[in-house]
Amino acid sequence: MGKRILMKGNEAVVHGAIAAQCRAFFGYPITPQNEVPEYMSKCMPEVGGVFLQAESEIAAINMVYGAACVGVRAMTSSSSPGISLKMEGISYIAGAQLPCVIVNVQRGGPGLGNIAPAQSDYFQAVKGGGHGDYKLLTIAPWSVQEMFEHAALAFDLADRYRNPAMILSDAIVGQMLEPIEIPDCVDTDIPAKPWATTGASGRSRNILTSLYIVPEDLERINLKIQAKYAAASLREVRYQEFDVEDADLVLVAYGSTARICRTSMTMARKKGLKVGLFRPISLFPFPSARLAELARLGKQFLTVEMSAGQMVEDVRLAVNGVSTVDFYGRLGGMVPGPVEILDQAGLSLERMHPKSYTVGARFGMVGSGE
Amino acid sequence: MEKVFTRPKTLSDVQMAYCAGCTHGIAHRLVAEVIDELGVRENTVGVCPVGCSVFLYEYFECDTIEAAHGRAPAVATGVKRCLPDRVVFTYQGDGDLAAIGTAEIVHAASRGENISVMFINNAIYGMTGGQMAPTTMLGQESTTTPGGRDHARAGYPMRVCELLSPLEGVAYAARVSLTSPANVAKAKRAIKTAFQNQLDGKGLSIVEMLSTCPTQWGVSPLDAFRHVDEVMTAYYPLGVYKDVNG
Repeated sequence: MGKRILMKGNEAVVHGAIAAQCRAFFGYPITPQNEVPEYMSKCMPEVGGVFLQAESEIAAINMVYGAACVGVRAMTSSSSPGISLKMEGISYIAGAQLPCVIVNVQRGGPGLGNIAPAQSDYFQAVKGGGHGDYKLLTIAPWSVQEMFEHAALAFDLADRYRNPAMILSDAIVGQMLEPIEIPDCVDTDIPAKPWATTGASGRSRNILTSLYIVPEDLERINLKIQAKYAAASLREVRYQEFDVEDADLVLVAYGSTARICRTSMTMARKKGLKVGLFRPISLFPFPSARLAELARLGKQFLTVEMSAGQMVEDVRLAVNGVSTVDFYGRLGGMVPGPVEILDQAGLSLERMHPKSYTVGARFGMVGSGE
Repeated sequence: MEKVFTRPKTLSDVQMAYCAGCTHGIAHRLVAEVIDELGVRENTVGVCPVGCSVFLYEYFECDTIEAAHGRAPAVATGVKRCLPDRVVFTYQGDGDLAAIGTAEIVHAASRGENISVMFINNAIYGMTGGQMAPTTMLGQESTTTPGGRDHARAGYPMRVCELLSPLEGVAYAARVSLTSPANVAKAKRAIKTAFQNQLDGKGLSIVEMLSTCPTQWGVSPLDAFRHVDEVMTAYYPLGVYKDVNG
């Protein structure tokens, strides 16, 4: 039997990582992720792992690089400005084809921004972020439970594809307290790592590098990396659907915004609006095929994000003009409320289905009460 | 007939790509000889820099990692903390260690990371074509200091051993040169001390090797060696700046 505990998302990801045999953590303080290194500093020594507070985000990710080189499951965490600093190291880790996990507890940007929840690092996470043709295997938890579970998932993905994986969280998921179930043991798959630079004892030397000075060689490595992403796109797509079967409008949202959208959806259903919810769990690979299928089935979409419109580009690429994709976003650390999203759903339905949803479909307008 | 001189086991049987008169080859050989003599080749992880010695991993018969520019001390920290019984060394140039990687070396030193740092100071960016390094001498021509380095515009050359040796975590800091058999022998003793300190768990050891770059200095190999002896050594005095062994 597992145990049920009340904890923060930032603590849960530490528990999850340690349960998934993460044995090295390197971090740097930045709000709203400070509980991760703080909790790691207590938990890591208890399991004989390495915790080190680095002098910078740049140093932290390069320490992760070193730990990953010797075959240890290694992790770092940060929040938006700190993740930008890590991008150099992340590109090298992807180029050297090494596994590691990076947690981004997103906050408002650009620049120093603020410490409120945001989802404006989506492009940085799923499109590469650093230089060169690489991507991060990116998953987005929407609960404290998933902060725990996604740690093992991220490490398994990273090891399976020898590529960095990112848990794209935000200040809500990181900071909120929820009861979670902690299982007695976590299923995780750690492959053999014969490539690790642990000392050339009884074998020829191992070299880990992202430098391939001959263009033919570097193209070959790039094609190999792209082939891994193609394989991941077939095998690692994860998403969740709520009431999409009969929906006229499908809300598309990830992370904490998806939690809010679920409330909006329930409110809409009570008012007779056929609203469903599609939640991408893997942001790269993106669940494009399923969204395209839903578009062919006649579904219209409203993407909701705490950004100026980032994931919506992937939704539109997937839908490819087959149906309409609306967008609603709040910026700068502002969190959309369920009624606010309901209003937007009403507007979208009015526009997309003028015969079924006439003027007055904006049920959620201020003062309507819910 | 007895073979009295041969390639260290830790050096690969390949031709190095260094220019005539460059001292990287001597420095590589000394590090390889020390690793051989301590019998730790199969237990060693080298962390390579960005710069002319970026291909160090081609030349060393031990496990190696190519780090981003300046980040070798952080990468070495990750390796050493996870595998404390391995011998971990970095090999860095002056741009790598004393410019872009200043934070990483200072904090690795301050933490007393139990690693050995091989620091090549040739007062120039060699690989990128001869730009000013943090250690470029005042008055020295480079492609970014036309007319010579002027402190009013480009600051002063940085003395790394003097900067790092006061840090508590530094076990050993020595500056050597590679310009004569006597200097090479002293350099090897310093490198051996740096590796032995690591085996003894003493903390961070750094050996700064004053080195030549005839190609980017625009002088003959012989004049390059003379420049190290007469000009660089005057500003960068040779010697042991710190030794916890007393």
